[in-house]
Amino acid sequence: MAGQSLLDRLKAKFGNKISGSNLQAIDPWIEVAPAALVEVCQYLKNDPDLQFNLLNCISGVDYFEPDPKKAAKAGFEPHTEVVYHLSSVTKKHSLVLKVMLPRWKDDQPGELPEVPSVAGVWRTADWHEREVFDLSGIKFVGHPDLRRILCPEDWEGYPLRKDYEMPLEYHGMRGR
Amino acid sequence: MSTALDDPRIVEFDVRTDEMLVNMGPQHPSTHGVLRLVLRTDGEIVSEVTPHIGYLHRCAEKIGENLTPRQWIPYTDRMDYLAAMNMNLGWSLVVEKLINHQISDKARHLRVIIAEMQRIASHLVGMGAYGLDLGTFSPFLYAFREREKILDLFEEACGARLTYSYLTPGGATADLPRGWLQKCSAFLDQFEPIIQEYHALLTTNAIFIKRTANIGNMSAEMALDYGCTGPVLRGSGVDYDLRRDGEERYTEMYDGYAFEVICQRNGHYPKDHDYPPVPQEAVLGDCWHRFYVRMLEVVQSVDIVRQAIERYSTATGDWGTPIKLTQKLPKGEAYMETECPRGQMGFYIVSDGNSIPWRARARSSCFCNLSVTHALCRGCLIADVPAIVGSLDIVMGEIDR
Repeated sequence: MAGQSLLDRLKAKFGNKISGSNLQAIDPWIEVAPAALVEVCQYLKNDPDLQFNLLNCISGVDYFEPDPKKAAKAGFEPHTEVVYHLSSVTKKHSLVLKVMLPRWKDDQPGELPEVPSVAGVWRTADWHEREVFDLSGIKFVGHPDLRRILCPEDWEGYPLRKDYEMPLEYHGMRGR
Repeated sequence: MSTALDDPRIVEFDVRTDEMLVNMGPQHPSTHGVLRLVLRTDGEIVSEVTPHIGYLHRCAEKIGENLTPRQWIPYTDRMDYLAAMNMNLGWSLVVEKLINHQISDKARHLRVIIAEMQRIASHLVGMGAYGLDLGTFSPFLYAFREREKILDLFEEACGARLTYSYLTPGGATADLPRGWLQKCSAFLDQFEPIIQEYHALLTTNAIFIKRTANIGNMSAEMALDYGCTGPVLRGSGVDYDLRRDGEERYTEMYDGYAFEVICQRNGHYPKDHDYPPVPQEAVLGDCWHRFYVRMLEVVQSVDIVRQAIERYSTATGDWGTPIKLTQKLPKGEAYMETECPRGQMGFYIVSDGNSIPWRARARSSCFCNLSVTHALCRGCLIADVPAIVGSLDIVMGEIDR
């Protein structure tokens, strides 16, 4: 089951919590409202027709153009996306879920955007969410142990954000 | 509850030990790179394992946002440096998917030859290093003797022995040199009987079985829950291999090839070759089964390379000219996973219409495979920790990227 039929099914079940979709993309994706994410994921995993039992990847993508000249024609509003790639080992199909978030919570720079954690649905999400938190700066609410995973614990900033600046100095080592 | 003297609680009280934190790594030889494990131990029993990773983090994804896809190929080499060809292939395929580029049949078979030869080389290291983890040195030498010959072949094809950058979006950087296929078949003929040696050294070795059978048991549900893939997943009896079940763009590479996915079905492994029997002590999903799946995949890859050589020599078309170094990418995004020796390696590319991707993401198979350690090691002996971590066959370069 993929594409239109899956989208119809999700829309019938969750209504306007399925906030958007793009079925013409190379990998068709479905957008979910952050508040309904865990509920939708539970359904996708446990429904006998869907059985999305493997969470392949969670990625954070930051849409922001730091150069004001280029920003005017960038073609997108500044925002952050969390992309979930799911697949089913038994049914052999795959799905892309997206959650759109503001770059900063309540547009307060420094306040990380929040999205519910799916670590309770798939254990894979545990480390993947830590990585997205570490590199893209997205806070996963309800995560059992949200710490940095690749960068040192006292690292400042979130490297994969487009407005990230390398620190000038780290423990006596020169940065830029 | 009885209060007899043999009550374990009383014995426990008599020989009570303090809890101790043991730091394994980052430079411990059995950690396959720079992995630090903090073990909470009670005597010889491990009650908790916390892996600390990131020592080899080289910001590959951030670098990928500043280079064109072809320029990023050398960085993919350095992820899983023991299977660099497979990393090149994964990234090449996802870029081709984004720009909708089709390669010729000849290039397709060339990629199969190279990818499967690399799988053999990688599993040989996995096998040899696993022997090292368990305290036997000689299998390592036997494994490297044969791996060296594969590296010689690769060196002849592309000039490098470890980080090849050979397969690129569009095909490969060069065709195979004249006479390469004969050398490759000669190697396979010489190599195939040697696999029996490995089985004698490790697979059927009584000490090896004692160290690995019924240790680190992982059920199929647990493997899927933690996102384990590749031989680790198939070692738990899940019949899933992307070469057969993956996306069309990847499976069409293996279209028409005869191979059976290696995993235990109805209590049996495939019987297409003379494999050693499964020992009675082994339980599906333990360290021994993960190792066994890898060994069987070596034989499977030998078969596939043989078929690929035949097809390659009769295929038409060119070997695939690489795309332009600064080719503009269409706006959009693509994600794709391929079956690498250590599991499913995924690449995700997001493009805003420039020649440099907006975002390049690598989903590492070892990253997920390693995350299961704390669950597998709970309650095992300290000496079993290297056996369990080794059976997951991790490469830190891929985990930390």
